[in-house]
Amino acid sequence: MSTLAERATGGDVRAMARLISMAEDRADGVDALMRELYPHTGRAWTIGVTGSPGAGKSTLTDKLIEHFRSEGSTVGVLAVDPSSPYTGGAILADRLRMQRHTDDAGVFMRSLGARGSLGGLSRGTREGVLILDACGYDVVIIETVGVGQSEIDVMRVADTVCVVLVPGLGDDIQAMKAGIMEIGDLFVVNKADRSGADRVVNEVRGVLEFLKGREWVPTVLQTVAENGEGVPELVRLLRLHREHSLKSEAGRERELARLRSKIEDIMLERLSDRVEKLWTVRREELLEAVRERKLDPYAVAEELLSKA
Amino acid sequence: MSDKKIRVVIAKPGLDGHDRGAKVIARALRDAGMEIIYTGLRQTPEQIVTTAIQEDADAVGISVLSGAHQFYFKRVIDLLKEKNASDILVFGGGVIPEDDIPGLLDMGAGAIFGPGTPTSTAIEWLEKAVPART
Ligand SMILES: Nc1nc2c(ncn2[C@@H]2O[C@H](COP(=O)(O)OP(=O)(O)OP(=O)(O)O)[C@@H](O)[C@H]2O)c(=O)[nH]1
Ligand SMILES: [Mg+2]
Repeated sequence: MSTLAERATGGDVRAMARLISMAEDRADGVDALMRELYPHTGRAWTIGVTGSPGAGKSTLTDKLIEHFRSEGSTVGVLAVDPSSPYTGGAILADRLRMQRHTDDAGVFMRSLGARGSLGGLSRGTREGVLILDACGYDVVIIETVGVGQSEIDVMRVADTVCVVLVPGLGDDIQAMKAGIMEIGDLFVVNKADRSGADRVVNEVRGVLEFLKGREWVPTVLQTVAENGEGVPELVRLLRLHREHSLKSEAGRERELARLRSKIEDIMLERLSDRVEKLWTVRREELLEAVRERKLDPYAVAEELLSKA
Repeated sequence: MSDKKIRVVIAKPGLDGHDRGAKVIARALRDAGMEIIYTGLRQTPEQIVTTAIQEDADAVGISVLSGAHQFYFKRVIDLLKEKNASDILVFGGGVIPEDDIPGLLDMGAGAIFGPGTPTSTAIEWLEKAVPART
């Protein structure tokens, strides 16, 4: 094994952190490193925590870390915040609420910018899960803001997805009917210390009725992340889902679907690099020719691809 | 096809005061296209260094208001060395007397931006110093 992969799987935090950056940055040679790590993956339990901005995802994650640590499990966290579409910059502040675990060597936390992933999960997140898995973390928690593609993507990396809702966001339930319902293995109504939590629970139950008869029907529960109320029950339900998917056909299918999208992602990324290269040399000239209507876009694409 | 970004941990150690200055610099760096890991108030040097390592930061910016800057900078720089991470740059700002700046630079701080320094100075410094570091 290369020294970096060896160091990371041997517990060297710097090496782990560096590997995640290399994946994010798409650095040269990172695919070879991922290949070295892959045989070491497949042990971790990956939990996705998704929901609207400010729903309490980080606070809840902080409590989940505490719970898993008290049971002796090691925990890796990947916390994703949006990047500015204009500058690509980001302020990553999820760590703020989990700071007390910084001194715990059994916890690894990493903040990630969504970067240009069109609302989906960034490369750093997708590969970060595998890296932390290979490095031996028992539980890997991914925090993502539930906007657009990212909440669908989270299904493609997480074994168990927990959707966090809060009272007073009436539109949430509407949006859920449109698809979030399909994503959650478990629904949490956080900030249950505020009024209206019961109503949200009932509404979610109403929508979940439609899923009756499935192998796994998600449940709803209330939490107060700030003081940890409901967290033990949340962990119990998360674990129930984990056990279910480890032995059910649905769990197997989900894993296959995940591997399929993994492989397709890799192929698409490479193809897109190739497209980029095909065209760098003559781009100006071809664009000008199309602008003057000497060529058409279809012919140009055809010609470029025929040389690939 | 690499798309590298500069990653900076912004920390405000110590028990004193507010983090207004830290937030101003965080926003300015974000607007310059960098990724800022914001750790908030009251971080110990140990926590700052662990954060910088887990986050694979290129640089750590320390904002100090308390006058305890000698202590914090020394401790962070020493810990980075101890953990084999002295390639992570350390810079600072806040209320630091002009006379103390040379001492901090000797200690290994990459740059100190005193009160009133425009944020663009820090941005330019990071954009040069990060790619140049070993
Ligand atoms: N009243 C109440 N406030 C809570 C609860 N959980 C979290 N909060 C507060 O809600 C705010 C947002 O919490 P975070 O944990 O940062 O929420 P988040 O979903 O991670 O936010 P983003 O990552 O910015 O989308 C903070 O001020 C928390 O203190 C809760 O159970 N009850
Ligand atoms: Mg958060």
